[in-house]
Amino acid sequence: MKFHLKIWRQAGPDQPGRFVDYTVDDISPDMSFLEMLDQLNEQLVKENQDPIAFDSDCREGICGTCGLVINGMAHGPKLGCTTCELRMRHFPDGATITVEPFRADAFPVIKDLVVDRSALDRIIAAGGYISVNTGSAPDANSVPVPKHVAEEAMDAAACIGCGACVAACPNASASLFTAAKISQLALLPQGHPERERRVIKMVEQMDLEGFGACSNHGECEAACPKGISITNIARMRREYVRAIKNGAAAAR
Amino acid sequence: MSANASTTVVLDAKIPKGPIEDKWSNHKASVKLVSPANKRKYTIIVVGTGLAGASAAASLAELGYNVLNFCIQDSPRRAHSVAAQGGINAAKNYQNDGDSVYRLFYDTIKGGDYRAREANVYRLAELSVNIIDQAVAQGVPFAREYGGLLANRSFGGAQVSRTFYARGQTGQQLLLGAYSALMRQVQAGKVKLYPRREMLDLVVIDGRARGIVCRNLVTGEIEKYAGDAVCLATGGYSTVFFLSTNAVNSNATAAWRCYKKGAFFANPCFTQIHPTCLPQAGAGQSKLTLMSESLRNDGRVWVPKKKGDTRPPDQIPESERDYFLERRYPAFGNLVPRDIASRAAKAVCDEGYGVGATGRAVYLDFSDAIRRLGVDVIRERYGNLFQMYYEITGEDPYKVPMRIYPAPHYTMGGLWVDYNLMTTIPGLYALGEANFSDHGANRLGASALMQGLADGYFIIPVTIGDFLADHRPDGLTTDHPAFDESVRAIQDQVRRLLSINGKRTVREFHWELGRIMWDNVGMSRNEKGLKQAISDIRALREEFWKDVKVTGSADDFNKSLEFAGRVADFLELGELMAMDALDRAESCGGHFREEYQTPDGEALRRDDEFCHVSVWEYLGEDNAARRHKEPLVFEYAKPTQRSYK
Repeated sequence: MKFHLKIWRQAGPDQPGRFVDYTVDDISPDMSFLEMLDQLNEQLVKENQDPIAFDSDCREGICGTCGLVINGMAHGPKLGCTTCELRMRHFPDGATITVEPFRADAFPVIKDLVVDRSALDRIIAAGGYISVNTGSAPDANSVPVPKHVAEEAMDAAACIGCGACVAACPNASASLFTAAKISQLALLPQGHPERERRVIKMVEQMDLEGFGACSNHGECEAACPKGISITNIARMRREYVRAIKNGAAAAR
Repeated sequence: MSANASTTVVLDAKIPKGPIEDKWSNHKASVKLVSPANKRKYTIIVVGTGLAGASAAASLAELGYNVLNFCIQDSPRRAHSVAAQGGINAAKNYQNDGDSVYRLFYDTIKGGDYRAREANVYRLAELSVNIIDQAVAQGVPFAREYGGLLANRSFGGAQVSRTFYARGQTGQQLLLGAYSALMRQVQAGKVKLYPRREMLDLVVIDGRARGIVCRNLVTGEIEKYAGDAVCLATGGYSTVFFLSTNAVNSNATAAWRCYKKGAFFANPCFTQIHPTCLPQAGAGQSKLTLMSESLRNDGRVWVPKKKGDTRPPDQIPESERDYFLERRYPAFGNLVPRDIASRAAKAVCDEGYGVGATGRAVYLDFSDAIRRLGVDVIRERYGNLFQMYYEITGEDPYKVPMRIYPAPHYTMGGLWVDYNLMTTIPGLYALGEANFSDHGANRLGASALMQGLADGYFIIPVTIGDFLADHRPDGLTTDHPAFDESVRAIQDQVRRLLSINGKRTVREFHWELGRIMWDNVGMSRNEKGLKQAISDIRALREEFWKDVKVTGSADDFNKSLEFAGRVADFLELGELMAMDALDRAESCGGHFREEYQTPDGEALRRDDEFCHVSVWEYLGEDNAARRHKEPLVFEYAKPTQRSYK
């Protein structure tokens, strides 16, 4: 297969960026999108050009490292998969494909298609955990968790932290990401002692990082490679209201 | 070419005295302690943020130490532990099926084909139960039964159900648990996080590990960090094969550079080839995808009885199928350990029974399980794996059997450590897959997560205190000349790589090395092939330093430069792996030497000569490495010919 690519090139965070045209040929339909870019980079190196910088690691859709906006869609046109899982057979032969980084104020570009998503780590650091020191845990079966609760918590916990929800949102909101962690820990009994404090702190951090607010577009859920439901955002809001209602003391 | 064999160095594993079930308790009761008020005066460097690294960094910080934690990824949550699918073993015996700490210990020793250290493995089995408690308390959403208690499944190499799991994302969930504990300590100011840093050298001062030198992968700056101890949790080296189930950034550089600074390397030839991976497809392929071994609980492995049978699988009647694992190993069937399943698949393909376009694949068929349990149960157990398979191949495993083939997956070899997880360099520890300690010649499924977390949560927090109590903080800073010496050496290497400007890309060299390794140092090995591999790798290494092409600059985000350094190290490590495989003239676990097999083709161990850990010492670029031995003594699990029949 043959493809024409319009790829965003940007030398650094403070440099202006632009689209550059490339053509790749001899692409197998079974290749992943990133393997197609690997092949282009091999070509560029041989021509003494700087290869296109992009992030990737596991290449099986679980680490959350990769993430490109392909033809205007975070992780590309195929629903429910990451950029690394996307195969070239989903594009018509000869197509022109536009490739951009995940764009958001809170995700500054490092180079080309690589962005800095450390804001997401800081949201977790603000409270996305259960405070339990190593060695102090009771027997794992001492607290039964109903199966449907564990399953729902797992649905939320499946978030890979790629940031596609932010890239897809017209407000660049990180609500789905933040809500997924808040949901997981609010559903499980182990998370209850800190639930109020947690939601206040994490939402506060989300705002501090410069992410926008959620206005119910639902683009995040559509772009999420792991199918994290927007229901979690509703739960995050309930948790937030609950925390406020229960008083600021609990939030300290 | 021949190894510099010697046993002059005494490798003291520091195994505590007493009966095996008391060793760890006795050790904990007798190690030296650092008082809470003094812990905050120490700085510990932890490299890596996978299960071992994140759990160690978090637990050490909870104790009060200052921790500097480094990773090559943009976030600690992305370390490759995240990709482990199937589960984690623990001797909880929640299923009342006769499991116990002793049985997990015994299964692990036997699964490792009697090439692991008994005391370490017993401790691992003992700690397995605490890991599950810890993870559940952190909010890891393990699978549960309707009554609300934890569910278990069985896994290869075991006859009990002791594997805890979170769908097919157990590694992800355990890692996020450890990551959340880590981020809590980051917020508390006890851990300072350094993402997008690659450790390129260990700084050794007065014979002791005192710091590291890293490349900042964004700015290209070479940075120096000093500490009172260094914990390496940088994973394994399966990417030496180029195509493996590991992440594309997984590499051996940190461990290898410690080896070159004096840390001995143990059993480099012990690599695990995982039986249930997607077969190789095209030339542009960048990795091989693993399908969790848990699939073998319900999937049946078969090939057609007729050679070169090209009929679609649904048109091959039951009577014309060979369920070769069930036939050869009736007691364990499809649940034999990984090394045995992999070799059996290779053998049927070598004989011409393989399926798919290349003939290098076998079927993994779920139709019986779907009939027995219903499609919903199968979807609940393996839904995400089936989805993943479908995305990659375009085939629906609910309707058509999967095609699978073995692929490099895990390395049991690694830096040699004693019972305290300390390497031969005082103050340098190795944790998780980066060390060699617990899996012998073959790791059982669902044991990698267990070991990484046992090392990080429970072992290092105890053992490191014993060392630090005797090595008080002395105010060392990175102004010490040893740091600048390291920086200069790294800058020289970077300059050299960028100045060659040859004709072949880094990826081409890596691919070529992978081919040599897979053909000669892969699933089955022989003397001729290993000798060939050693000379081919040397030639390739020479060519690399003459003809590699690395573009871009040193002061920038530069992936080709990163990879060039890693491939340069793989070109040395690959040779050591081949030397070790040549030196070990026996078959054991994942190391299969064709010259040593039983009449029915099983691995033939030679306990009289090889019941030891092979431990390699670096003697400089121009000299062959020297092999030492740590003898293995089996007081409890007496070595027998492994049988899963």
